Amino acid sequence: MRPARSVMKRIIVLVLLLLAAMPARAQDAFLTALPGLGGGFGAQVEAVERLGALGDPRALPALRALSEGRLLRLADGTLLIRDGATQVNAATGAPQQAAEADTQRININNRVRGALRGALGQLQIISPDPDERFAAAEAIFRSRNAANVPLLEAALARESVPRVRERIALALAASRLVASDPAAKLAGITALGATASPEARSILLEARAANADVLPQIEAAVADIDRRLAIRRVAETAFQGLSLGSVLLLAALGLAVTFGVMGVINMAHGEFVMLGAYTTVIVQDLARDIPWLQPWSLPLAVPMAFLVTAAIGAAMERGLIRHLYGRPLETLLLTFGVGMMIQQAVRLAFGAQNREVISPPWMQGTLMLPFDVPVTANRLWILCFSLVIFALILAAIRMTRFGLEMRAVTQRRAIAAAMGIRTGRVDALTFAFGSGIAGIAGVALSQIDNVSPNLGTGYIIDSFLVVVFGGVGSLAGTLIAAFGLGVINKMLEPWAGAVLAKVFVLVAVMVFIQRRPRGLFPQKGRAAEA
Amino acid sequence: MDTAQPSRARLGLRAVMITAVAILAIFPLLNQLPADNVFHVSDFLVSVSGKWICYAILALSLDLAWGYAGILSLGHGAFFALGGYAMGMHLMRLIGPRGSYGHPVLPDFMVFLGYQELPWYWLGFNHFSFAMLMVVAIPGLLALVLGWLCFRSRITGVYLSIITQAMTYALMLAFFRNDMGLGGNNGFTDFKELLGMPLNTGAARISLFYASLIALVASYLFCLWITGTKYGRVLTAIRDAESRVRFLGYNTTSHKLFAFVASAMMAGIAGALYVPQVGIINPGEFSPGNSIEAVIWVAVGGRGTLVGAVIGAFSVNGLKTWLTSAAPDLWLFVLGGLFVAVTLFLPKGLVGLLQGRAK
Amino acid sequence: MRGRRLYLDGVSVVFDGFRALNNLALVVEPGEMRAVIGPNGAGKTTMMDVITGKTRPTAGIVTFGDLDLTRMDEAAIANLGIGRKFQKPTVFDALTVFENLELALKAPRGPIACLRWVLAGGGRTRIEEVTTEIGLTDRAHDRAGILSHGQKQWLEIGMMLMQDPDLMLVDEPVAGMTDAETEHTAKLLARIAGKHSVVVVEHDLDFVRALGCKVTVLHEGTLLSEGSIDHVQNDPRVVEVYLGR
Repeated sequence: MRPARSVMKRIIVLVLLLLAAMPARAQDAFLTALPGLGGGFGAQVEAVERLGALGDPRALPALRALSEGRLLRLADGTLLIRDGATQVNAATGAPQQAAEADTQRININNRVRGALRGALGQLQIISPDPDERFAAAEAIFRSRNAANVPLLEAALARESVPRVRERIALALAASRLVASDPAAKLAGITALGATASPEARSILLEARAANADVLPQIEAAVADIDRRLAIRRVAETAFQGLSLGSVLLLAALGLAVTFGVMGVINMAHGEFVMLGAYTTVIVQDLARDIPWLQPWSLPLAVPMAFLVTAAIGAAMERGLIRHLYGRPLETLLLTFGVGMMIQQAVRLAFGAQNREVISPPWMQGTLMLPFDVPVTANRLWILCFSLVIFALILAAIRMTRFGLEMRAVTQRRAIAAAMGIRTGRVDALTFAFGSGIAGIAGVALSQIDNVSPNLGTGYIIDSFLVVVFGGVGSLAGTLIAAFGLGVINKMLEPWAGAVLAKVFVLVAVMVFIQRRPRGLFPQKGRAAEA
Repeated sequence: MDTAQPSRARLGLRAVMITAVAILAIFPLLNQLPADNVFHVSDFLVSVSGKWICYAILALSLDLAWGYAGILSLGHGAFFALGGYAMGMHLMRLIGPRGSYGHPVLPDFMVFLGYQELPWYWLGFNHFSFAMLMVVAIPGLLALVLGWLCFRSRITGVYLSIITQAMTYALMLAFFRNDMGLGGNNGFTDFKELLGMPLNTGAARISLFYASLIALVASYLFCLWITGTKYGRVLTAIRDAESRVRFLGYNTTSHKLFAFVASAMMAGIAGALYVPQVGIINPGEFSPGNSIEAVIWVAVGGRGTLVGAVIGAFSVNGLKTWLTSAAPDLWLFVLGGLFVAVTLFLPKGLVGLLQGRAK
Repeated sequence: MRGRRLYLDGVSVVFDGFRALNNLALVVEPGEMRAVIGPNGAGKTTMMDVITGKTRPTAGIVTFGDLDLTRMDEAAIANLGIGRKFQKPTVFDALTVFENLELALKAPRGPIACLRWVLAGGGRTRIEEVTTEIGLTDRAHDRAGILSHGQKQWLEIGMMLMQDPDLMLVDEPVAGMTDAETEHTAKLLARIAGKHSVVVVEHDLDFVRALGCKVTVLHEGTLLSEGSIDHVQNDPRVVEVYLGR
C-alpha cells in the first residue's frame, strides 16, 4: 500500500505543476484570440477554432455563452458573459455590471455554431470529469473535422476510462475519414469498420459519395459493421429471450410440481405467486426501520415467501383439494374460486393500486455483456436465481427422502401406503412445496413486474402452457419449454409486435400440444398409457 | 347428471322452466303498470333481465358441451363475444353517415385510424341476413377447427379446459390491437338502429327482450330434443367413458365435434342478442374470467340438467347485480365461495338439491 | 360360416424398454373358439389392446381378413366386427341397462344418424332377447350404475352380443361370478362360437376346460405353447412357468 500511495502522490504533484505552467504559457494566446468572438462571422469562426485548439479551460465559459446567446459586447469591444442577473468579464472572469442599453447581444450563424460545437468538444475533452470527456468525444464525432485529429490523438493517449477511450477512438476515426491524407482516411475507415456502431455505419454510408477512390474499403467496413450488429442483435434477442424464459420458468416451476408431479390442477397458482410478491413488500416495510437489515430484505423475503405460501398451500390441500382427488375438473373450479377469494382479500387489505418494491443496490444498474449487449442487473439476477431454484427443486426431488416418498406416492399410491408411507402427509407436503416455490417466484417477479392483486392472473395460462409444452411430469421439459418459448417469443417480437408475438406463441403451443399431447418430453411407460 | 331420473322430478323441472318463461314474458307488460303498483317492474329490471336471458342461453350452450358431452370449455365466452362482434359489425355498418366523422361508409374508429376503405372482412355485414349467418358461422367455425384439432388428438379434461382458456385469452389480446380493424380497445358502441328500429326507443328494447326470450325457449327445446335422442345418450356415454364408446364403434371425435360446434353457435346467438341490448362490445368480453363465470352458473344450477343452467344463470347474476351495488367488496368473495361450495357440497347444483327434496 | 381370419405375426410392443409383447404370433380362424391363458404380465391384455387398436404395436403384422388393423382406430376396428368385453366392466353408469344395450346395437354410428334414430321393432326384439340371455330382464330400466359387479359383467357381455361382431374378444368373463353363472357363461360362449370367432382370456383353468377349445399359452409376451388343454397342461415349459423354477 505505502509505495503505491507515494507514487500516486508524486504523479499528482507532477500534474499540478504541469497545470500551473500551462496557463502561463497560454495566457497571451487566449487574450489575443478572445476579442475575435465579438467580430464578424468570419472572425468569429477563426477565433472559435483558435480558442478550441488552445485547450485553455478559461475559454470554455465564453464559448458556451456564445453558443447559448449569453455573450454580450460593450461599445469598447469588452466581452461580458451574462449569467442570470449577473455579468462577468469574459477575459478576466471578474464580475462587471453594465447597463442593459450599453450591451449588445452577439449573434451567430450556423457556420459559427458548427465551429462552436467542435471547439466546445475540444475543450471538454480535457475536462477532469469522464462524463464530460465522453460528451466531448461525442460532439467531435458529430462535427467531424479533420483538424481535430491531433487533439484526439493526444486525448486518446492519456485517456484511461475504457468507455471514454472507445468514444474518442470513434471520434478520431470519424475525423480521419474527412482528412485529405489518403493514409489517414484509410486508417479512419478501418477503425470505423472495427466498431459495432450504427452511427459509424451511417457516417461511412454518407462518405461513399465523396470518396469514390476508397469505395471498396468503405463497403467492406460497412459489411464488417453489419456483421457485428447482426451478432449483437442475435445476442440481444437471445438474452431477452432467456430473461423472459427465466420469468416463465419461475412462474411455472411451482405448477410443474403440483400439476406435473402430483397431477393436481391449481388455478390459484398465480395467486400464490402474487402472495409471494406481497410477502416481499411486507418484509421490506418491516425492515425499513432496521438499518442493518434493510439491504437484506430481499434475500430474507425468499424463505418468508416460501413459508407463507407453503402454509397456505398445505391448508388448502388438507382442507379442500383432498376431497376432490380424481376429479380434476372440480378441482380446477374449486381452486379457481379460492384464487378469486385470495385476490379479493389482498385487494381489500393492501388496496388495488401497485405497491412499490425497492431493489437492493446490487440489483440496480445496467451491465454490459459480450457483444455490447446491455442488460439490467435485476434481469440477470432473476435468470441466475431461476436456475438455482430449478437445481434445488431437482435436488429435493431426486436426492431427499421427501422426494423419494413424493415420487412413490404419485406413481403407486396404494403400494406406497402399504409400505408405510403416510400418503396424506406426503400429499400435503408436496402441494405445500409447489405452492412455496410459487411464492419464491413471486419474490423474484416483484422486482420486474407491478405488485398488484392481479399480478398472478397474467402468469397462470403461460405457466400451464409451459408445463404442458414441456411434458407433464418432466422438470427438465419445463426448463427447456420455458426458455424455448421465451426465446421464440422475443424472436417474433421485432416483426410481429409484442402482443401479436404472444398470440403467435399461444397458438403455436396449442397446435403443438395437439400434435404431441404429452409435450416435448413425455412421461414414458405403461402407466402413461392408461 | 341423471338421465334416468324419476319422471316426476323431470316434469317438475319442466314446470319450473315454463313458469319462469311465463313470468319473464309478462315483464314488459308489468313495466307498463303505474310505478306505485306492487306488480310494477322497473325499466332497470326489464333491461337487466334481457341481459340475463342472453346469459341463460350461454349457460345452456355450456351445459350441452360440459354437462352432456363432458367438454369443460373455459373459453365459451369467446364464442359469445364473437357472435357479439358479428352483430356489432352489422350495427356499425348501419350507423352509416350518422357517425361523428360523418363518413358515408367507414365507422368512426376507422376514420380516426386513417383507413381509406373498408377491410374485406367487413364486406357484407351491412346485410342483416349475412350478419346473422356470421353470428353462428364464425363461432361455429372456430369451434370446428379447435375441436377437430383437440378431439382428434384425444385432448380431454383439464388439458382441453386450459387450451380453451388460452384460446379466449389469445383472442382477447388480438382484439385489443387496433390493427385488427375491429375497434381495438374501445370495441364498437354508439349503435343507432337494427332492422330499421332506432335502438334507443322502448319499442326496440321490448322487441329485443322478446327476441331473446324466444331464442332462450328455442335453445332450451333444441337442447331438450338433442339430449332426448340416442345421440344425447351417446354424448352422456362419451362423458362417462369415452374410450368404451369408441370400442362400441362410435367415432367419438365427430360426436363431440357436433355438440361443441352446436354449442358454440348457440353461444354466438346469445352474444348477438346481448350486444344491441347493452349497446357495446369490446375485447373485455373475451376475458377468461367471463368464461369461467359462465361455468359457475351451470355448476350452481346443476350441470347436465338444462333447466339447471337457466336457473344458475338467473340466480348467480341476480345475486351479482344485487351484491355489486349492496356490498361491492363482498361479491368476489361470494363468487369464489360459490365455486368452493358447489364443488365440495353441491356437486349436482340447485337442481340436485330440489330433486333431493322431491325424493 | 362368416367372418374373417385374425392373424398376428411378429407382434412386439415395447413400453419404455419393457417388452409387453415379444414377437407374438396368433391365428384365429373364422368361427373358431380360442382360450388364451398365461400368468400375470404374460401380455394377454396387451394382445387384446393391439387387436382392438388401443395400443399400436412397435413391430409386427395384425390383420383381420385382408385389412391391416394397425392402421385403424378403435371405432373403425369395432365397426369391422370386432367386439370386446373388458376385464374390468365399463358400462355407462348414467344410462339404463336398456339404453346401454341400445347404444351397442348394430346401427349407423354417426351423429346425424343418432339424432334421427328411432328404435324399430326388430331392434327392440333383439334388445329384449339379449336382456333375457344375460338375465337382466327385470332390471332393464334401472341405471347401470346401481348394478352389482356380476350384473355389470353380464351387461358387458350383453353389449358385446348386441354388436353382433364376427370376432369376440372376451377378457376374464367369469371373474366374480358364481359357479352357476360360470357354467351359464361357458354354455353361452360355446353357443356363440361357430357363428362367431371367440377369443377368451381366462385364469380359471376349469372354465377353460369346460370351453373345450384350443388353448394358447402366453408367457412374457411371447407364445409358449399351443394345443388342447391336456396338451398344454402336460407341456413341461408351461408347468415350469406356472409352478416356478
